[in-house]
Amino acid sequence: MSISIEQRRQHRLMTIEKSLAKRHRKENVFRRLGLMAVITGMTLVAILFASILMRGVPAFWQATFYVDVYFDPEVIELEPKPERESGESQFAFNERYTQWMTRAGLVNWQALIDRAVEDALGEEIEPRQLRDLRALVTSGERYALRDRFVEDPSLLGQTVELKMLASANVDVWIKGNIDRDLPDARQQLSAQTRAWADQLDEQGVIRNAFSTSLFLNTDSRSSLASAGLAGAFMGSLFMMMVVITLSVPLGVSSAIYLEEFAPKNRLTDLIEININNLAAVPSIVFGLLGASIFIGYLRLPLSAPLVGGLVLTLMTLPTIIIATRASLRSIPPSIRQAALGIGASRVQTVFHHVLPLALPGILTGSILGVAQALGETAPLLLIGMNAFVANVPGTPLDQSTALPVQIYLWQGNELRNFFEARTSAAIIVLLGLMLSLNALAIWLRKKFETRW
Amino acid sequence: MNIPAQPMATSSVSVGGGESRVSKAKDKVKMNAENVKVFYGDAQAINGIDLDIYENEVLAFIGPSGCGKSTFLRCLNRMNDTIDICRVEGKITLDHNDIYAPDRDVVLLRAQVGIVFQKPNPFPKSIYENIAYGPRLHGLARRKAELDDIVESSLRRAGLWEEVKDRLDKPGTGLSGGQQQRLCIARTVAVSPDIILMDEPCSALDPIATAKVEQLIDELSESYTIVMVTHNMQQAARVADRTAFFHMGDLVEVDTTDQIFTNPQDQRTHDYITGRFG
Repeated sequence: MSISIEQRRQHRLMTIEKSLAKRHRKENVFRRLGLMAVITGMTLVAILFASILMRGVPAFWQATFYVDVYFDPEVIELEPKPERESGESQFAFNERYTQWMTRAGLVNWQALIDRAVEDALGEEIEPRQLRDLRALVTSGERYALRDRFVEDPSLLGQTVELKMLASANVDVWIKGNIDRDLPDARQQLSAQTRAWADQLDEQGVIRNAFSTSLFLNTDSRSSLASAGLAGAFMGSLFMMMVVITLSVPLGVSSAIYLEEFAPKNRLTDLIEININNLAAVPSIVFGLLGASIFIGYLRLPLSAPLVGGLVLTLMTLPTIIIATRASLRSIPPSIRQAALGIGASRVQTVFHHVLPLALPGILTGSILGVAQALGETAPLLLIGMNAFVANVPGTPLDQSTALPVQIYLWQGNELRNFFEARTSAAIIVLLGLMLSLNALAIWLRKKFETRW
Repeated sequence: MNIPAQPMATSSVSVGGGESRVSKAKDKVKMNAENVKVFYGDAQAINGIDLDIYENEVLAFIGPSGCGKSTFLRCLNRMNDTIDICRVEGKITLDHNDIYAPDRDVVLLRAQVGIVFQKPNPFPKSIYENIAYGPRLHGLARRKAELDDIVESSLRRAGLWEEVKDRLDKPGTGLSGGQQQRLCIARTVAVSPDIILMDEPCSALDPIATAKVEQLIDELSESYTIVMVTHNMQQAARVADRTAFFHMGDLVEVDTTDQIFTNPQDQRTHDYITGRFG
């Protein structure tokens, strides 16, 4: 008994105090590490967003001509647009109409554009300079002009101010996306075209206008400036419709069955392991599966959003099943017991009590799964959705591409100066869609949330 | 509320008016258990129990933790069915019908044998919906007015009407613990069962709420048969007509509450109620 109780108490306090300093140090280190991780992550995300926005946002505005176009009757040598006459059969009318359309296609619309630009420049163009002149306006505009006239033949003989997209190279030149000091040999445009572009820019004939073509046109290879996202957007939309209508009901009902009704035995264990493994399968493997089953065996068309949707459904199913099961499992068992104890059957218990409580989690999981499918590219490459398609698909069976695939195709385009911005613009559209889907998920979660 | 060191005096046992009802209750056997064995996987939790439950009695199950009293209680309305690894052997009858018979509908059984759990578990819905759910489920009310009647009378029976009548549309989860438990009792009563099982209904409640629930049990025993599990021996003494003592999966002794607390026949019962173990 050499140490008194008081001494022992003192010793104990000192020991704890010493260890306290160490504990605080450890906690501080951990807190700082956590903070640093968060800051690093946020910085990277900020850099990513800033670079995409800085490159992409300017692409929403495009160099555009505002010129007066004279619909010259001497150039447009067409009889009036056929109207169906009384007594004429539908077939005969169609025949006549098609002939007229063919002749309208043969009109030299380019000449009208040439003259309009010539007038804007205010100088006579020699025939040898025609090539330089035609490099100003993008080639797709002559078809736009034709379509405009076919729509409204009364334009004949009138002068109308029209908006026409400048060619991609003029856009690059005016926006300063190419070094102006490069020698002629390495410039995309001739010296004459560059001079004209600058002149028209100064005159205000070429203006930087909001680019509706980005949203209304399909992809284009001949008229790069008018390449747009409409086809890819519709393709993605059709695919998402297929994914939502198939994967959500299938995934949610299999999750409910597995979680609430299936007996727990070897078979269900095996199914569970397989579902978890499927969620980790690289997405390109699903593309191979889709190519061999849907296209090779079932003979579904290539490049169709239906097939893309089916492949993405397979890919999304495990995600939705896992999210739904987790959500169901988080409902306290006391709720199930309460319902069973009153005499509700198992189905009633699930549908009256468990499912409504699990709904926010199920919806969030499903929407995140669908958002993941929306951004998926790899499996689509294997079922031909990376083909160049210049039509907006009207049904899920038409050939189409998808937003992420369009991004992939554009970023590989050889006209880098123009398509770098275009790619970023497409990324912004895709990100916007994703963010709205995620916002929807959050909103639904808040709306259906119940506390107990 | 400390455990009594000595067997209770007769006077304190008759608080619930037990003696007068015991004589009445002996008349008719409501439920009967014959050689009931329960297994969780390979482990046996109940080793063959025989027990009669009489109509309109309050029967309390007491015993140390893990003695199988809750397990046995949950056999009486087949709540054990929901546990995958649980297996029940033997025979339990309700009004002489085997409740484990293959053609027996468990939904009907649970409408006849209601249960109140240890922790109050109201649905995360309004007070009204909590009560109305059962009757609506079983089609007991054809019109809204009938349903309103059932809700009111059930809440009155549970002694909760005066406290909640102005906020029937408020969530049941917003009530206090004791009110929630009485809401759960009202929810069970609303289905008009013959028997109400209670699994430690007061263990999560404070003494005042406990007193209210005990009073409620006393009132309910006029029209229902009540089987309750309790950890609290005084509670058994206060409210039960008969008490059953469980130990290690065996039903050691069942007798009138007076008898169990004053003159136990088995040494283990004696040791338990005098606080030697448990």
